[in-house]
Amino acid sequence: MKKNMGWKELDFGDSVNAGTAAEFHTGDWRSDRPVFHKENCINCLFCWVNCPDSAIILDENNKVAGIDYRYCKGCGICDTECPTKKEKRALTMEPERK
Amino acid sequence: MPTIAKTGNEAMAEAMRQIDPDVVAAYPITPATEVVMIFSQFVADGLVGTEFVAVESEHSAMSACVGAASAGCRVMTGTSSQGLQLMSEILPIASALRQPIVLCEVNRALSGPINIHCDHSDTMAVRDFGWIQLFSENAQEAYDNILQLVRITENEKVRLPGMATTDGFIISHCMEKIESLDDAEVKKYIGDFKVIKSTLDLDKPITLGSLDLQDYYFEHKMPIVEAMKEAKQVILEVGKDFGQRYGREYGLIEEYKLADAEIAMVALGSTCGTARAVIDELREKGVKAGLLKVRAFRPFPAEEIVKALAKVKAAAVLDRSDMFSNQGGQLCCEIKSAMYDLKQKPLLTNYVYGLGGREISLEDIRKIFAEQQGTASSGKVKQAVQHFGVRE
Ligand code: SF4
Ligand code: SF4
Repeated sequence: MKKNMGWKELDFGDSVNAGTAAEFHTGDWRSDRPVFHKENCINCLFCWVNCPDSAIILDENNKVAGIDYRYCKGCGICDTECPTKKEKRALTMEPERK
Repeated sequence: MPTIAKTGNEAMAEAMRQIDPDVVAAYPITPATEVVMIFSQFVADGLVGTEFVAVESEHSAMSACVGAASAGCRVMTGTSSQGLQLMSEILPIASALRQPIVLCEVNRALSGPINIHCDHSDTMAVRDFGWIQLFSENAQEAYDNILQLVRITENEKVRLPGMATTDGFIISHCMEKIESLDDAEVKKYIGDFKVIKSTLDLDKPITLGSLDLQDYYFEHKMPIVEAMKEAKQVILEVGKDFGQRYGREYGLIEEYKLADAEIAMVALGSTCGTARAVIDELREKGVKAGLLKVRAFRPFPAEEIVKALAKVKAAAVLDRSDMFSNQGGQLCCEIKSAMYDLKQKPLLTNYVYGLGGREISLEDIRKIFAEQQGTASSGKVKQAVQHFGVRE
């Protein structure tokens, strides 16, 4: 998108092209990161459905392949929703700064 | 053109039936309840193809209207008083998104104290939200204004939401003879709805109403400023065209015996009818009295009003609302500000009257005109803002 446009150059009715959120890397300010453990994943896709930033990466077979840390803001929703049991967690939260 | 007997509410509901909007989302409130109640019966009877969304509040009603309009629908609703205030969080979003939503508004006092009768404080309270506002003197104008609003709001130069108002109970519940158009004629008159952008267009996905801070918010307000300027001309064109087609022409203002008048009254809505009757009496006695009816309050016809009042010596500006700013009512304040640059100004007295439905009688209007005669001959305004008809 062009910077500093005048009002006459703007799109009609306070609308912009969809998908511009891709330009913003919301992962910059994360304090905790989800870590994916593939061996424990049952592919229920709860994490993928609930992630507010579309940061769960799926492979070509629609299986969870990892986290897109450019966009993951560390909210922990995926970790909360992941149904895997204590000793065999598919997702764990770990602090960014140790 | 069928002549029918209708109340103001029935006339507005009839216009809605003929317009057959894609979506109506509404919540009932006295005295506007009937507008959407009658319309919902039309929906139940299959007389319209409208998707009627029976919401749980006016806030939701206006939100649903904005959602439906964003999807590319022709949308209408109706409300009054507290309902309009509950919508008010969403009203400026509708104008910022440039959505031609048409709202049937019935003027009613604001709580508190709670009151269901007419004054203009509800409509005046939302005057700065980028909505077109047309006032109606009677049921016929209510019907005509709603039809014209569809054309005005949907005009590509305007594309702003608009409300046509009637005075609660005085117009909304009084039966009058009105001339309606045939259904087919209304269809032809309003034409098809033109979608400019739609949230449901999968080929051109858009984001609406995204966060807009110091960098772009200001720019996004400018199109409303510009569209409101354009709206003046469009209201005139649509009003003229309506006259050519159906014999009833409309402008931004209407003058009644004003051309040679020495004293004048300026008013909105139903009170204009009462004023006409008194002016006829006064004219018979040789008093040069006239009326300036303000039909469009937004956009405000500043130049037109200044021109129309230019030769008048004294004028009474009637406001059925108070701004509680120590400056009287909204109409008079705007007129005074429009006259700032004039070298020779008419002497204006602001009468705040009729709050909460307090009756304004022929005798009251006679009294106000008599005071104008006094002002015109003395050259002095006795009291710039008067609260007329209130007990001390
Ligand atoms: S932590 Fe939040 S943002 Fe990051 S992947 Fe999980 S749900 Fe998405
Ligand atoms: S919620 Fe847990 S188990 Fe389900 S797909 Fe995501 S990581 Fe795998």
